[in-house]
Amino acid sequence: MAEPTTTRVPFWRDVRVLTILTQVIFVVVVALVAGFLYANVSTTMRQRGLVSDLRFLDLEAGFEIGEAMIPYAATDTYGRALLAGFSNTLLVSVVGIILSTILGVVVGVARLSPNWLLSQLAAIYIELIRNTPLLVQLFFIYFGVFVTLPSVGQSIEFQGIIFANQRGLFLPRPAPTETFATWAWFILGAIVLALALFYFSTRVKTRYLGWVALLALILLPVLGWFIAGAPLSFEIPVRERFNFKGGMNLSPEFSALLTGLVLYTAGFIAEVVRAGILAVRRGQVEAAYSLGLNAGQVLRMIIFPQALRVIIPPLTSQYLNLAKNSSLAIAIGFPDLFSVATTSANQTGQPVPVYLLVMATYLAMSLFTSLLMNIYNRSVQVLEK
Amino acid sequence: MTTTAETIGPPRTSVGALGWLKRNLFSPWYNALLSLISVWLIYSVGGQTVQWALTARWEVITSNLRLFMVGSFPPDQVWRVWLVVTLASLLAGMSGGIGGRTARNIVFSLAASFGLFGVLSLAGGGYEWHFANVLAIGAGYLLTRGRAQWGRWVALAWLLAFFLTLFILYGIEKNEWLPLIGTDRWGGLLLTFLLSIVGIVFSFPLGVLLALGRRSRMPMISLFSTLYIEIVRGVPLVTVLFIAQIMVPLFLPEEMRLDRIMRAMAGVTLFAAAYMAENVRGGLQAVPSGQVEAAHALGLSDTLVTVFIVLPQALRVVIPPIVSLFIGLFKDTTLVAIVGLLDLLAVGKSVLAQPEFLGLQKEVYVFVAGVFFIFCYVMSYASYRLEIALGVGKR
Repeated sequence: MAEPTTTRVPFWRDVRVLTILTQVIFVVVVALVAGFLYANVSTTMRQRGLVSDLRFLDLEAGFEIGEAMIPYAATDTYGRALLAGFSNTLLVSVVGIILSTILGVVVGVARLSPNWLLSQLAAIYIELIRNTPLLVQLFFIYFGVFVTLPSVGQSIEFQGIIFANQRGLFLPRPAPTETFATWAWFILGAIVLALALFYFSTRVKTRYLGWVALLALILLPVLGWFIAGAPLSFEIPVRERFNFKGGMNLSPEFSALLTGLVLYTAGFIAEVVRAGILAVRRGQVEAAYSLGLNAGQVLRMIIFPQALRVIIPPLTSQYLNLAKNSSLAIAIGFPDLFSVATTSANQTGQPVPVYLLVMATYLAMSLFTSLLMNIYNRSVQVLEK
Repeated sequence: MTTTAETIGPPRTSVGALGWLKRNLFSPWYNALLSLISVWLIYSVGGQTVQWALTARWEVITSNLRLFMVGSFPPDQVWRVWLVVTLASLLAGMSGGIGGRTARNIVFSLAASFGLFGVLSLAGGGYEWHFANVLAIGAGYLLTRGRAQWGRWVALAWLLAFFLTLFILYGIEKNEWLPLIGTDRWGGLLLTFLLSIVGIVFSFPLGVLLALGRRSRMPMISLFSTLYIEIVRGVPLVTVLFIAQIMVPLFLPEEMRLDRIMRAMAGVTLFAAAYMAENVRGGLQAVPSGQVEAAHALGLSDTLVTVFIVLPQALRVVIPPIVSLFIGLFKDTTLVAIVGLLDLLAVGKSVLAQPEFLGLQKEVYVFVAGVFFIFCYVMSYASYRLEIALGVGKR
């Protein structure tokens, strides 16, 4: 009987050696390609007299920005200009996310409504929105609607408090008065009370506590409004000879971008919500009904918590899409981060650092949003086993 | 004498049209309210839309139709585009012959619309190509009907047709029959289609490699793949397109300059590859680990397991997500209008600058949106049916 030979595996067939070798070759190739690109870019940039540092951030920008959340003038630096653009991107993203969530949930629930007419209307909306490009919608809304609005003299008005004309939308602006602080306490109390009642309603077997919570949430602030005595005054825009004075003015660009983003994203969120609700098994609902829960309780205690778990991950990617899509602002002239960056890149002649900076900002925004949503996601998931 | 019990039918209000109305529109009281609001919405919005559509000046579309379809492609060479379309029709007919009911319906609708357009353009001329397409679809359909085993070859023919298309459109230098047409002359719907098809075709192998790389056990490869995927997915497509237009020329040596359309195609491909990789990764995860273990137990090496066991099963699952990726890409190609390429949307914008068509934004953008809607809707319908046919999600 021959002894079992224990010959060593030759190194070119040893998995451990091969693994390391493959990775070394891979890294070397990546490094070579990167080096090749870097060599090219530095030669080209030297030839064209370009630099690749961030010193341009301290230079005077010298261009105006139509609107910004932070004070900005043409004499400010490029750094401040980019910051102003970033503030606009943040504003339109945050407002857009809130509004599109509300609209999306409403449309998604309407799509599942037993009411045939309503469900078909929602379906038409979803199909129209999802099957046409966002940029075409934006062009339609901006060039087809907002640009063609009448001049200030012939403003379209709604109830004498909202006006629409070439210069955008004019809305009443809420301004806090001295009694606002008192009213704020009422709101805070209402929220605390509603939360407490809602918490009890899930434990105690009563039917109406949930409604009482909702009622408290609405009634207390209304009560407080009269007790405190008009905590907010609404500054209504007044038409003057050439323009409106007072009130809140939303520029046509901002209004068009926000409308487009909200309508578009809501179509996608509606589908996410619908899929989430449909993902709850029928048996769950039937079991809940047979235990004697009513329709509201089934929705609140059975369907909603389970649907939420399915909804959160795709909802996150819709939020990220909205934030990224806000860069289409450049097509209709709204000064968001990307549009300001393009102007800066053209003026300074240094596209490389400007675009790298902008990409890093978008990346950071995306990562931050996913982080927040992941934390929230973890809090609503069931711990299995 | 016994009385036979008469059969009493259900109450009149719960069956038939009345019953349907009651159940679906008026059943709890608030549904009646919602129905009324819906009717009011349909009446006010729908009525206005119909009224507008009837009075709109559609001549801005009809008189610029060639621009919308092919952009500034040389008019005397448009036959090349038609040839490509007819080739696609033939292949579509062949796919229709093999495929199920949905494929057949789509292909027949396609033939019907070509026929309709042909009849419409009988007076104006140029109807020959429309009817040629109807014939091509019919011929393809009859050729493959009942021959499901040809499916593989038809798929291969589609791939070959893609490269043939690029060749026919691009042409040969100093050739009488197929003179070179620079990619800068490609435009309109043609460009929109080319960009998205090139994007999806070339991003597919890249995406598969990236997905495999991300799941690789080798840390360096998985790190770089993950980095690429996450960075590209974290930035907007516009930035990628701008970088492709402005920065790529800086990164490549003088001899390797790409023209604007090629740069846009490269940008779209690199962008789509990251999303493709995530879709493929989903498919890879769906392959049960028992399959891999069984293959290993049979003595297959890692490479063989990946190529013959994992990928075929994974790619089957990811067909529907790839179709939706394609729909998204098809819509997203409109962004090249921002970097100055003349796609369908940009043609619309340039048409609006013609003095006789000033102020017709609504007509133009509704038309552009309509074109996108038809293609996207048909594709998403097909993908939905395909999903049912493949039985995805019913494991």
